[in-house]
Amino acid sequence: MADLNVKLWRGDENGGELVDYNIEAQDGEVVLDVVHRIQATQAPDLAVRWNCKAGKCGSCSAEINGKPSLMCMTRTSVFEPGETITITPMKTFPIIRDLVTDVSFNFKMLKRVPALKPKPREADGTYRMYQEDIERGQEFRKCIECFLCQNVCHVIRDHEENKTNYAGPRLFIRYADLEMHPLDTNDRLSLLQDKMGLGMCNITKCCTEVCPEHIHITDNAIIPLKERVVGDRYDPLVWLGKKIFRKSKAKTTVTE
Amino acid sequence: MSDELNEIHSHDVVIIGAGGAGLRAAIEARSLGASVAVVCKSLFGKAHTVMAEGGMAAAMGNVWKEDNWRVHFRDTMRGGKMLNNYRMAELHAKEAPDRVYELEEWGALFDRTKDGLILQRDFGGHKYARLAHVGDRTGLELIRTLQQKATSMDIDVYMECKIVKLLKDSSGAVTGALGFWRNTGEFVLFKGKSFILASGGIGKSWKFTSNSWESTGDGHALAVRAGADLIDMEFVQFHPTGMVWPLSVRGLLVTEGVRGDGGVLRNSENKRFMFNYIPEMFAKETADTEEEGDRWYEDKSNNRRPPELLPRDEVARSINSEVKAGRGSPHGGVFLDIASRRSPEYIKRRLPSMYHQFKELADVDITATPMEVGPTCHYAMGGVRVDADTAASTIDGLFAAGEVAGGMHGSNRLGGNSLSDLVVFGKRAGEYAAKRALGMTKDVEVDQAEVRDAINEALAPFNRSQGDNPYKIQQEIQDTMQSLVGIIRNQQELEQAQVEIDKLKQRVNQAGASVSTRRFNSAWHTALDLISMITVSESVAKAALLRKESRGGHTREDFPKADPEFGKINHVVRIVNNEMTVTPEPLPQMTDELAEIFKDDVK
Amino acid sequence: MTTTNTNSDNNSITAVEIGKPRGGPKVRTLRKDKWWIQPLLTTIGLSLFVLYGIWAALRNGDYFAGLLSGTSARNYLSPFYSPCVTHGCQYTTVPIIGTWYNISPAIVILIFPMGFRMSCYYYRKAYYRSFWFSPPACAVTEPHKKYSGERKFPLIINNIHRYFWYAAVVFAAILTIDAVNAFRFPNGQIGMGLGTLVFIINAVLIWLYTLSCHSCRHLTGGRVNLFSKAPIRLWFWKKVSVINPHHQLYAWLSLIWIAFTDFYVYMVSSGMIHDPRFF
Repeated sequence: MADLNVKLWRGDENGGELVDYNIEAQDGEVVLDVVHRIQATQAPDLAVRWNCKAGKCGSCSAEINGKPSLMCMTRTSVFEPGETITITPMKTFPIIRDLVTDVSFNFKMLKRVPALKPKPREADGTYRMYQEDIERGQEFRKCIECFLCQNVCHVIRDHEENKTNYAGPRLFIRYADLEMHPLDTNDRLSLLQDKMGLGMCNITKCCTEVCPEHIHITDNAIIPLKERVVGDRYDPLVWLGKKIFRKSKAKTTVTE
Repeated sequence: MSDELNEIHSHDVVIIGAGGAGLRAAIEARSLGASVAVVCKSLFGKAHTVMAEGGMAAAMGNVWKEDNWRVHFRDTMRGGKMLNNYRMAELHAKEAPDRVYELEEWGALFDRTKDGLILQRDFGGHKYARLAHVGDRTGLELIRTLQQKATSMDIDVYMECKIVKLLKDSSGAVTGALGFWRNTGEFVLFKGKSFILASGGIGKSWKFTSNSWESTGDGHALAVRAGADLIDMEFVQFHPTGMVWPLSVRGLLVTEGVRGDGGVLRNSENKRFMFNYIPEMFAKETADTEEEGDRWYEDKSNNRRPPELLPRDEVARSINSEVKAGRGSPHGGVFLDIASRRSPEYIKRRLPSMYHQFKELADVDITATPMEVGPTCHYAMGGVRVDADTAASTIDGLFAAGEVAGGMHGSNRLGGNSLSDLVVFGKRAGEYAAKRALGMTKDVEVDQAEVRDAINEALAPFNRSQGDNPYKIQQEIQDTMQSLVGIIRNQQELEQAQVEIDKLKQRVNQAGASVSTRRFNSAWHTALDLISMITVSESVAKAALLRKESRGGHTREDFPKADPEFGKINHVVRIVNNEMTVTPEPLPQMTDELAEIFKDDVK
Repeated sequence: MTTTNTNSDNNSITAVEIGKPRGGPKVRTLRKDKWWIQPLLTTIGLSLFVLYGIWAALRNGDYFAGLLSGTSARNYLSPFYSPCVTHGCQYTTVPIIGTWYNISPAIVILIFPMGFRMSCYYYRKAYYRSFWFSPPACAVTEPHKKYSGERKFPLIINNIHRYFWYAAVVFAAILTIDAVNAFRFPNGQIGMGLGTLVFIINAVLIWLYTLSCHSCRHLTGGRVNLFSKAPIRLWFWKKVSVINPHHQLYAWLSLIWIAFTDFYVYMVSSGMIHDPRFF
């Protein structure tokens, strides 16, 4: 088989460059295999983060030919023979070294999420939930936290200053998971709109495009959340209805 | 103290590992008021638990009212060929349902029954449908739920930090854990009153494995090197169905759920060969015709289960025999066929990540064609010897839970019992570790000289920048273990393994890392992982050599039958005067009340 | 030396640091595919429609072919001019707006469908990407220095999409009536011409676009947390969820077809073509 031409970004916070590697192609490989073989034979100190190599843990996120992807789920057979494969670290997060970035932003945002506050159990000690109650949430809980959606989102990719008040797509599906959770009694809509930057999202759907789990982040999580906020704040009919029927929702405390 | 050490964190309870067991322990310890640190080698939430697919066994009786903890206990003990620590199996069977309900309360969205309860699925070795599950990504649900609970609880998580040594005070209690940040290469010391090992498995020492890079047996090695006992190290579970093609994903798991949901195994002659391999112990409850096996999926009361759902050790051995007899698939496995038995919609709904995995990695549509599968190294039954009730190891201040702990599963683990093991014993470890810590009044001390030595040892690969390539040594360990201490073993190969391992031990001490940087230097990380890998490999090979019988996850060509005498002992691995020793010790004896449960069994 | 003794407090843990160096080459994008094609096509498509819309709205004539227009025996009213509410209409529905108004009636009417489409979740994606380059494509740097999303005037108005949706339902109903009217031929005859078919397709596409709307999905069941307690809402929500993923497709088809419907009426009304009659 022909050789593969691979360009890897090598460097750290002091700068770096694309370095060329040439390695024999093998059948049935994914990009992460190629990176590993380069590491084992040509660049032992190459920094790359990975775990399961099966698309289940979301560790090996990078940008392959400019597209945010999991290295373990990108087969080398998708490239044209002779095509150069360029692999660079995720752009939105601070660099640590080579392909490894500091993704702590995401964990900080996860820490800010007000926890699930379950309602009491039924009289028989169980929770009764039906398949139709949980299917929406199950889609969101497929998330493997690869943070590719956070990486591709232009709100923080191109405007880093927004990181202080923008949670990002991964977090929006987490909020959607909680907001639509059959057991939850907390209300996070004001927090979402005022402090988590739900209104910053202009639904350009790149998060959905890059999601390796094929979660419909925009259609099933972000827009439904926006619509809930609209119902709370902007819909004149709902507003009128509330005025007339005095249907005020019991608000629960939201801590940040 | 060494100039290298610039960071110290003190906590009541320090937990090494952030998988299911570690997180459950952290939640418990924190809820009792202890200050808790969780230290993990990868990012938070990436632990190997995410790979668990099929489900979590708990006798809740939501699908089969007949199910209760006694049946679960019996299944577990029989699956482990009666070598389990009976008390652990008992606690596990009794407490698993509560641990599942608790996860539900913390937000886990398990699949539901028609009545709105948690749905349970069939799995090998379990008499009744017993596994709470979320499609085929139950592990992800478990870890996310625990992670989210822990995140809301004020627990300090130290990510991408590898622990290289446990440190003890003058009384012999563990009081410190020295580690380094993978990102910076800087050292960090965790001081604590109790330490919990929850570091998972050892599978990375084999070539074809379902385990990720992390499963290098760090916890096993830390414990035994600190003076704790390991037991049952010879028992390594080879999961019967791993992917065999393409090569790059060889070993990747294909969930047992495929068989639980109707998939069958066929050889190249298109025969369901499992009917030829039904062992006597399970003959009474296994179907002997295809018709009966097929009827069982619909009517479990009047039919016996198909042999594809025998415990994993039986199925793995049978596949191995078929391949050896020349009836294997093109890439050296057998065929796992669900396509011809279930509708595409059913398959996609029940097994979404399997569908996804084969589609994306092998370009195979499992709703249309059978999968090629073969045995893959999956789970270590052996591990740190612990007290069943408290999860305490044999040295003071050290606890262990999850895969790193031994005893619970005997010689073979049933599918679905590991996720429940994590939370049952994770909780217990957290509880007793916190109680120990909160009951201590004096501050802990750490021997400075020991810290200095440990740091020097960890930095040694940098002094050997011209040393051996650590990736190459790693590969050689894997090749050795795969070919000499694999699924089928014999005296001659095991003896040869001892020789190879001795040689590799020397090589491990010569592994070098480029001095270019200490920041996320993978060669250095690998060089240090090798120490754990070789320690664990040695313990497995030594214990396997001594067990002259076949039982569960340990199969000897030269001793193909189980030997009742070996059924009474555990092999205990210790390091005495820098030498690893293996000692047979008697198995704890079951109470009469529990023994009653087995009175009608064929032995 | 850093030492900690207790679990650290929350605020310091969640504080975000910005401005640290990032990795990768400093280029706009490393994408090698033709990422610019999609925004380009969107720009062309939407621009053509806007240009056509301006022409059609300002045309103020030939928007009705039928009984009252005297040209021939048809009853086709251009969707751009329906419902015809000004006194100056060639075909008057209800003359709400009096004789003082003498500009094209289309301008009064188009505010609503335009508002619906401008605030539509799909069109927002389309124009943010293609006209505003925010971003032009995924992982392609946008040219703007600042970005504040839809939190300020005027973009915050997009949040009233649902209100336009209520109007859109009314319009979809009116266009359905127009399609039914397209079966009316002189002397009380029921018949069907090619134009009738054009009107039916128009009504169907408008309904598909309107009902697949994200706001509609929310109103049917999106705000329910426990579906098992709301089976009827679940039923509707599931139906909407089937068509919602194709909202983009319906957005384009209905857009193109509504323009075509108007043009068809223009062609018949102006005598450019003769509308073939099926029965």
